[in-house]
Amino acid sequence: MPNAHNSGFALAPVSLRRRGINALMSLSAGLAVVLVLLPLGAIFAYLVYKGIGSLNWAFLTQTPKPVGEPGGGMANAIAGSALILLIASSMGVPIGIGAGIYLAEYGRNRLGDLIRFTADVLNGVPSIVVGIVAYSIVVLSQGHFSALAGGVALAIMMIPTITRATEEMLLLVPQAIREAAYGLGVSRWRTTLSITLRTASSGVITGVMLAFARVAGETAPLLFTAFGNQYWNWKINQPTAALSLQVFTYAISPFDEWHRQAWAGALILIILIVLAVSAVRIAASRGMLKGTS
Amino acid sequence: MGVGIKVEQLNAWFGKTQALHDITMDVPANHATAIIGPSGCGKSTYVRCLNRMHETVPDARATGRVRMGEVDVYNGSSAVQIRRGIGMVFQKPNPFPTMSIYDNVAAGLKLNGFRDRRRLDEIVERSLKLSALWDEVKDNLRKKSGASLSGGQQQRLCIARALAVQPQVLLMDEPCSALDPISTGKIEELIFQLKEDFTIVIVTHNMQQASRVAEFTGFFLLGRLIEFDRTEKIFTTPSDKRTEDYITGRFG
Repeated sequence: MPNAHNSGFALAPVSLRRRGINALMSLSAGLAVVLVLLPLGAIFAYLVYKGIGSLNWAFLTQTPKPVGEPGGGMANAIAGSALILLIASSMGVPIGIGAGIYLAEYGRNRLGDLIRFTADVLNGVPSIVVGIVAYSIVVLSQGHFSALAGGVALAIMMIPTITRATEEMLLLVPQAIREAAYGLGVSRWRTTLSITLRTASSGVITGVMLAFARVAGETAPLLFTAFGNQYWNWKINQPTAALSLQVFTYAISPFDEWHRQAWAGALILIILIVLAVSAVRIAASRGMLKGTS
Repeated sequence: MGVGIKVEQLNAWFGKTQALHDITMDVPANHATAIIGPSGCGKSTYVRCLNRMHETVPDARATGRVRMGEVDVYNGSSAVQIRRGIGMVFQKPNPFPTMSIYDNVAAGLKLNGFRDRRRLDEIVERSLKLSALWDEVKDNLRKKSGASLSGGQQQRLCIARALAVQPQVLLMDEPCSALDPISTGKIEELIFQLKEDFTIVIVTHNMQQASRVAEFTGFFLLGRLIEFDRTEKIFTTPSDKRTEDYITGRFG
């Protein structure tokens, strides 16, 4: 007990003022937690309230019906979102983790500073601008909208988040762990992949899931890249529906039926993101992703 | 069997600061050699030069000749190859936190592409027995993480990990400085046994420890090797005044 030195064995009585401040601080910290959780809870509750009515089996298995016809669903948009996110992750995750490794292990130089600065700026670029970039790179050169273009746009948005998260997590791994591997005659690249990255893996996965969840709901960068589609599409070079796009289209339409479906779509989007993130977390905690990523 | 280490004119730098000046030392095979001296005198840098760990620090470099048996450490071989033949134990126990006890010991071999599972089992068992940890961990080899052991056990785990790659030389950089007296005693006993198979270089702040475990002792001061001789000579009749001042506690 730190006080014991000053006052013998008796503890100085805690003053009323100090107790008051303590209570006040604990209360405000608790209040801050409530304030953080309140919007999240409110949004989810409101989505359930508005969307659950239109949520049924047809919604999950059918494509949209023309205006005026009742029923129909967003199955193609769910599949489209999955396809676009798969494309985005397969580009964004390796590039992001690779860049993060470079920054943490080799990046203490001018080039490293430049990459760090670029990543931070890229993180702040409005998503609609990223959409325009993907449009001019992929859509214009291919001549048509596509899932690929949407994936590229989302990948560009994932990369800076993953890069910086990976770098920070790798830098948290003590130098002593790397030295232990070097001392065993393990080469530098092997040490980085099998020791350092593995030690940091749970943090890196958190960074990846953060980036994933963030882009999964993006609409703006998909408007003129993936474009949307009323029908099934599994080809990566064809216009593709996405949940966020479908919600957007339905929400700005003048039809009540479409509004209800938009609410259901938003609810499904959030549920799917939560499911995907939880699934990866569970897999990671069971050690299924612990290999050399 | 261990091999002797011949060090000639070894100089080491951190950036522009010279940390070692013209070290020449003949470390005899199958004996323990202690390196003593006050903090910052270059002891750790010296052992880190022997297996080329020194150069993993940014801006650090070393010149001179180090021969380990027939191998020229600084010419004609890669640092990675050199380190495979030399085990190293660090000041703070540093087991790999995500690995089980078994995987920690097997890490050096596995990461370098060794795949024979039966042989691996044997080597892990033998290494853990050599480091006197086997009886304490044999029931939880694959279940318990290396980080869940106590400090003294972790250090013996790190010794087992270093022994598993079957080195000829074992470098120990203050291996007991973070341990309690009982664990220290165990590790000192261990050094005694290991001498039969390995050449050991041990950095220590503890002069009693040097006199207990080492046949030879080198005294470092300000990056120079002041005196290198049989341990009892260093501690009873040192030939240099500075050595005498240090071991009698007049400075450092």
